[in-house]
Amino acid sequence: MALISDGRFVEDGWRRLAEEEGLPKSGKIVVSLARLEHALAHLSDGVSLGVNAPNTTDPGALAAALPRLQLVEVVFPAFADGRGFSLARLIRRAGFKGELRASGRLLADQYAHALGCGFDTVEIPDDIAERQDESQWRAALAAHARTYQRGYVAAGSILDARRKAAAK
Amino acid sequence: MTAHDPALARPNAPTTTYRYDEFDAAFVKERVAEFREQVRRRLEGSLTEDEFRPFRLMNGLYLQLHAYMLRVAIPYGVLTARQMRRLADIADKYDRGYGHFTTRQNLQYNWPKLVDTPDILEALAEVEMHAIQTSGNCIRNVTADHFSGVAPDEIEDPRPTAEFLRQWSSAHPEFSFLPRKFKIAVTGAAHDRAAIMVHDIGLAIETNEAGETGYKVVVGGGLGRSPFVGKAIRDFVSRADLLAYLEAILRVYNRFGRRDNKYKARIKILVHEKGIDEVRQAVEAEFAAMDRSVFSYDPAEFERIAAFFAPPPYETLTAESEKLRAESVAHPAFGNFVDVNVSPHKVPGYAVVTVSLKPIGGIPGDATSQQMRVLADASERFGFGELRISHEQNVILPHVKQDELFDLWKTLDAAGLATANAGLVSDIISCPGLDYCALATARSIPVAQAISRRFSDLSRQRRIGKLGIKISGCINACGHHHVGAIGILGLEKKGQESYQITLGGDPTFSAAIGEIVGPGVTADQVPDVIEHIVDFYLAERQENETFIQTWRRVGHARFKDVLRREGEDGADI
Ligand code: HEM
Ligand code: SF4
Repeated sequence: MALISDGRFVEDGWRRLAEEEGLPKSGKIVVSLARLEHALAHLSDGVSLGVNAPNTTDPGALAAALPRLQLVEVVFPAFADGRGFSLARLIRRAGFKGELRASGRLLADQYAHALGCGFDTVEIPDDIAERQDESQWRAALAAHARTYQRGYVAAGSILDARRKAAAK
Repeated sequence: MTAHDPALARPNAPTTTYRYDEFDAAFVKERVAEFREQVRRRLEGSLTEDEFRPFRLMNGLYLQLHAYMLRVAIPYGVLTARQMRRLADIADKYDRGYGHFTTRQNLQYNWPKLVDTPDILEALAEVEMHAIQTSGNCIRNVTADHFSGVAPDEIEDPRPTAEFLRQWSSAHPEFSFLPRKFKIAVTGAAHDRAAIMVHDIGLAIETNEAGETGYKVVVGGGLGRSPFVGKAIRDFVSRADLLAYLEAILRVYNRFGRRDNKYKARIKILVHEKGIDEVRQAVEAEFAAMDRSVFSYDPAEFERIAAFFAPPPYETLTAESEKLRAESVAHPAFGNFVDVNVSPHKVPGYAVVTVSLKPIGGIPGDATSQQMRVLADASERFGFGELRISHEQNVILPHVKQDELFDLWKTLDAAGLATANAGLVSDIISCPGLDYCALATARSIPVAQAISRRFSDLSRQRRIGKLGIKISGCINACGHHHVGAIGILGLEKKGQESYQITLGGDPTFSAAIGEIVGPGVTADQVPDVIEHIVDFYLAERQENETFIQTWRRVGHARFKDVLRREGEDGADI
């Protein structure tokens, strides 16, 4: 697995808790959606909690947990399955301020889309990381300097830039 | 300063098309550079073919039966003379000297090489064109009425809206990996020439009781394997809310559209399975929950775009040209052309000309580079340098002075472009079928050619009147056969090409999906069958009745009967 943040391959500080593994007293752990309720109920103070959410997750069901989560990891089962982009938007709309991570077979070519929809980081399997090295992810950051949409966070909007230019 | 400030005008550019500003230009250039990199990374191995596919599709590049195919967007069907010339130059330099205009206001090249495509895209970008989102599971090139801005029955020109949508949908971060392709069409007239009822979203510009202009929104129409007429999800969405409302629809579709089966992944299936009420509820809930202020509709921006589509500098002319009347009488072939291919214009003394790309026995929608240049020249000489592409695969010259129609006709005639059959039985919409398409189950071009030859007599065609024949080479329905008054679908049965006939399809506001009549027939039999249907219609029709009207009055059973009797004569229908 490789983790990309800001166009760089970085160390992952999070640990995915295996289903049979007990809750630790400290550290940064990611639990499955099924285990989220239990984890929240028994959370120790020293633990940062993240959840691994399938792209079909109902954001309404997550809403109550969001303020207590530091990471939400949205799964992309295939790079062409864009449901995770909409889910990210909804999680951000629900007020989530922590790290939003896209996890799965995403490609560098989708980096701008991911950032635009509110993701901070992207986690990809090694076989993709081998073919698409850091330089490609960094290049992808620059490839979509501006977009036509507003309200999508990453790049600046052409509409705003236009307004500004017209106001001059 | 207005959009028509001569100091700003590009050489050769008409006044009624959108002009890129620095941001649009940079955006398209960025997309070309990105695609060039993607091609390089594909060739070098960074991207597998599976990974590369959606990105090449998003840039209009298909892998077809014999070669790659490049589909170029002609946003809302509007072209300048300069752009048309560029299309011709690309056809010569990178293809085989022709291009194919499609039912979605695109142009397809059938023989480009992969390594050339970035250069082709660059050549397009130089004239403010692109192939962005002409394919792939994203919001496709937005289409609109090809008579925009000149039709007398227009409420509002749909092109500013379509351009707004083009920008909003381009490289949309959230909606570039949808369950399936997504097509939006806009009309602004009393008569629908954009087939909005058979699109994923159809927009009809309307005015509400308060006199405010907005949109009726129709969703879930579409053809293909399961054809559906769209349903109204909202009777009125204000202009300020349009983009937010569309985002709400797309978000619901992106989350809940079926992804388990590509044939069920269109929004029409969602609407069909859940029902329009449940889909409406979900969309309205999303619309209510979203922060609409971020769309922060900017009337000034709408006005900026609309200004590009302001009327060109028309002259003040008398409504009816004496010269035209005299020339029509003196030259019957020209008179026929005027009667059939010339439509009324909202400005006195002008006319809208449909140039048929359906010569008798020709390939529907094909134009040679030479013909493209003739059309480009003609548009400059006779109409502010502007052209349109219709979903009927024809070219429109939208602002021709009635006084100059005769000269235009002579020019067109010399280039083989004066076939007087617009809207008649030989004005056939046809997909490429087995001749080019990897998905085809039967040929469609030769069938179109055979029908066209059978009805080669133009005066007979005129006696028959307006009648749309539409042919698809497979169930995907690129030739819109479901909405043809007469539809023909090519299938494969026991190793043989077989053609299924449907009747009564209608692509307008009164949309209907055609009904199958009788078992399939062989390619050889198709012209006979069509002829029998047409003869039956002629025998049955009451005064001035169109084919559809007769069909609706007389009914399925009797039309079917004709074909059955035909079978009893040994024709094996
Ligand atoms: C030659 C390569 C082509 C391929 C591989 C192709 C592929 C397809 C496929 C797979 C569908 C079915 C979509 C669905 O499931 O709903 C479809 C539908 C369609 N295609 Fe094509 N097509 C091609 C050419 C064309 C051409 C030349 C045109 C225009 C003349 C066209 C316009 C359309 C239209 C209008 C539909 C109907 C979509 C709807 O409303 O449901 N396609 N095409
Ligand atoms: S209808 Fe079928 S054969 Fe014709 S172009 Fe479409 S996919 Fe190909």
